[in-house]
Amino acid sequence: MIRILHSLGIIIVMSAVTILLRYLPFIFFGRNNQPPQWLNYLGKYLPCAIMAFLVVYCLKDVSLFSSSHGIPEFVSVAVAAILHFWKKNPLLSIGISTALYMFLVQKIF
Amino acid sequence: MKEAFKKAFPHTIQVLVGYLTLGSGFGILLSSIGYGPLWALLMSLTIFSGSSQYLCVELLALQVSLPSVALMTFIVNFRYMFYGLSMIDKFSGLNKIRPYLIFGLTDETYAIEANTRIPDGIKEKDFYLATTLLDHSYWLIGSLIGSTIGSIFTFNTEGIDFVMTALFVVLVVEQWMTADKHSPALIGFAITIICLIILGPDHFLIPSLLLICLILLLLEKKIGGQND
Repeated sequence: MIRILHSLGIIIVMSAVTILLRYLPFIFFGRNNQPPQWLNYLGKYLPCAIMAFLVVYCLKDVSLFSSSHGIPEFVSVAVAAILHFWKKNPLLSIGISTALYMFLVQKIF
Repeated sequence: MKEAFKKAFPHTIQVLVGYLTLGSGFGILLSSIGYGPLWALLMSLTIFSGSSQYLCVELLALQVSLPSVALMTFIVNFRYMFYGLSMIDKFSGLNKIRPYLIFGLTDETYAIEANTRIPDGIKEKDFYLATTLLDHSYWLIGSLIGSTIGSIFTFNTEGIDFVMTALFVVLVVEQWMTADKHSPALIGFAITIICLIILGPDHFLIPSLLLICLILLLLEKKIGGQND
């Protein structure tokens, strides 16, 4: 029960913050009221840094020194990145690298 | 309005394919931690953001504290603020439907609405409403399909969580190919890895997010000043 309530809380908080962010410019800025320079700057460059953060975040529990030494993870990340630089098709890059990863962890390592 | 749906639909076909697939991936991932279709429906209905919902699966599995969820969502979704900025003029005067249009400003919906000329013969507001409703329903259907498949069929899902990693790798590569500066991505990698090594996997999250913001702001003159 506590788990269900806390899960609902997580979803409500995430929804509320996301809606707030989408709404903020409509509340604070308009034709005659442009956002400050530093905010525009963050808006332009923060997303790249955050996506990089998220990749590392996903791999945070990979241990380099035990069991598979992180080989399935690094091989699959490399495949996803190379495929995407090459073919630029998100579904292809995500689909193939995930299938490869599942095969590696289920059958090989 | 029927006409608006007809004319908006061709612009959303790419999103249809993308959302059905990514939505299914999300649904399967969510069911792999024991959360069924009702949860998927609730999340896709109220959050409507791909990257955050993938992240949310992880937050649900770990039962992360609510303040951490708030801060993480704020920083990960910070970009949405700038979508709104360029839609202020376009959405002005649409009082009744405006809240829903603003709620539905995902990466993909924004891309359509910001870059498409309104087709002849339909009203601006009907085009925006139709696009948002179509995209939102693709996302709902996709996540429902995924979570239903994940709940009914029991297949070996070990490693399915890599779909989230792959999504973020793809987003980094897309940013990398289009960005005029690569230093922000490199800063993101470097700070997060350093924090992870020093603080460990349980405590690095918030410090690295805050440090990334701080260091980007400190380097504003260097990164932002050169070619703007």
